[in-house]
Amino acid sequence: MLEKQSNFRAWLYLFPALGLLALYTFYPLFNAFYLAILKDFNVLNRTFSGYSLVENFKIVFNHPDFKLALKNTAVIVFVSVPISVIVALFISVALNSIKKFQGVFQTIFFLPYVTNAIAIGMAFAFIFHKDYGLVNMFLGWIGIDPINWVNSEPGNVATWGRTMFALIVYTVWGGLAFKIMVFLSGLQSIDKQYYDAARVDATPRRRVFTRITVPLLSPIIAYITITSFIGAFKAYRTIVGMFGPTLGPAGARPSDRLVTIVAIVYEAIDNGATGKYSEAAAASIVLFLITLSFTGVQMWVSKKRVHY
Amino acid sequence: MEKNNMKKQEEYRIRRIIFKTLVYMFLVGFALFVIIPFYWMVLTSLKTYTQIQNEVPPSLWLSFKEMRFDNYPAALAAAPYIRFITNTVIVAAISTIGTVFTTIFAAFAFSRLNFKGRDILFLVLLSTMMIPGEMFVITNYITVTRDFGWNPVSGQTQLHSLLALTTPFMTSVFYIFFLRQTFKQIPDELYLAAKVDGTSDFKYLWRIMVPIALPTIITITIINAMGTWSAYIWPTLVTSKEEFRLVTNGLRNYYDSLLGDPEYNQVMAAAMIVTLPLLIVFLFLKKYIMRGVSRSGIKG
Repeated sequence: MLEKQSNFRAWLYLFPALGLLALYTFYPLFNAFYLAILKDFNVLNRTFSGYSLVENFKIVFNHPDFKLALKNTAVIVFVSVPISVIVALFISVALNSIKKFQGVFQTIFFLPYVTNAIAIGMAFAFIFHKDYGLVNMFLGWIGIDPINWVNSEPGNVATWGRTMFALIVYTVWGGLAFKIMVFLSGLQSIDKQYYDAARVDATPRRRVFTRITVPLLSPIIAYITITSFIGAFKAYRTIVGMFGPTLGPAGARPSDRLVTIVAIVYEAIDNGATGKYSEAAAASIVLFLITLSFTGVQMWVSKKRVHY
Repeated sequence: MEKNNMKKQEEYRIRRIIFKTLVYMFLVGFALFVIIPFYWMVLTSLKTYTQIQNEVPPSLWLSFKEMRFDNYPAALAAAPYIRFITNTVIVAAISTIGTVFTTIFAAFAFSRLNFKGRDILFLVLLSTMMIPGEMFVITNYITVTRDFGWNPVSGQTQLHSLLALTTPFMTSVFYIFFLRQTFKQIPDELYLAAKVDGTSDFKYLWRIMVPIALPTIITITIINAMGTWSAYIWPTLVTSKEEFRLVTNGLRNYYDSLLGDPEYNQVMAAAMIVTLPLLIVFLFLKKYIMRGVSRSGIKG
């Protein structure tokens, strides 16, 4: 830069942020790996019976909910993300093609971004209510009997497929805003020349979309897909919003709960007076490795396929 | 020939109108999908419980006379919401002010000062954004509640809870990155001119850089404060007394403590009380929020 090095002054400016990051980001990061290799860690007197690289991971893999958590997380990730990316892409292309009311639509589509996941989750739970809900009312119009999506009645507790469906609808709803915004700003930065050239050649709309819009937007589509996958892997708040900390309707079978990997981490932290911190650490590392490998694969794919 | 051409043009015009109509119908359809949860929340919050129970199918419209605004005071009285809201505002104010200051200083150092290891340090900071927050929460929970003793067996005090709720959120790598981008756009000539005039770095930062970057700083402030308003997991973990809870915990806990079918009108009124401030802030400051998101891709 322009000036000679001013080490001391720079570190002084950095100190507040770095101090906090050292305490609340870097130390916890290393400590997570450390906790994960301790056997029988007791937080009260900080004792442990030895080290093991695999012990806590074994506990996590043998956790009664682990397979279910993997299944739930995978369903949330691989169903909700593609749907919301595609829907958001079409909405933003449509939005970009209109002039009248563009601002109004933009504001509406942005609304889910600024809301509280818990409050809206409760609203969604009520929309899917068996007797008073909106979804069953719509289904009633086309002659379908009320379906128990999320509720718990004696002898009739909502099943996994239905609660998951409701959760996916909510997740897609919640994910649209951010994607539409980013796609739209991407679309607006595409050079108009391409579209003018297409118009001169009388290119059909579908071809314009598949041959111009999508290829030129592909870096942004790749970026959004990566961040959305990572975000969806961490699903938890939306589930608490809809179903509360039980992660399912009251009285649901354990195998019907919408447990996710993050839920396993939090349930281990919040486990009685002492908590199962080593187990939580191991589970969080599993989550980290999954998201990391995903980022890796996505980056590799996008490098090969994406137009820059 | 001429006639044929005109016919073609006419056909093209009609097809265009049909296409435009379809585009608008598509947008209106999804706009309804986005709005319905809000509408349903407001509508339910203005009904009586008997109305909810007896109307099958539920009514989709209320005349002004039918609206029951008394669900709102009832919801506020059902749980200590005033207390929760006060707590949340205090926590949001402290953590946001802290975040803004630490971010400004760090972004200044990264964008304007020259020091050893700057680029490597910045890269290390950026890479922490890839790590799921859950990895930090485990140790932070132990640090805050045990090492720092902010949740002692003898009972948590207001100060304990405030420290536990704010100190982990007084800086953010992402905001440092975001503000650094803005700071970097400020021309070097300004800095040199200030140096010639004998202005100190500190004065230059506060008199020149901060005012120029104010829109970005406002964006950071709003998004951070909104984040605190919606915080749920960390406050649940580190507060041990009802009176220290934040508004989102209050909302969820109250709802879960009800047995059987809750009075949905009151529950939705409570959810509205939590949602409305966010919507109001958004509608008034939407320029800053939307700008921040589309420019930087801030994750929700």
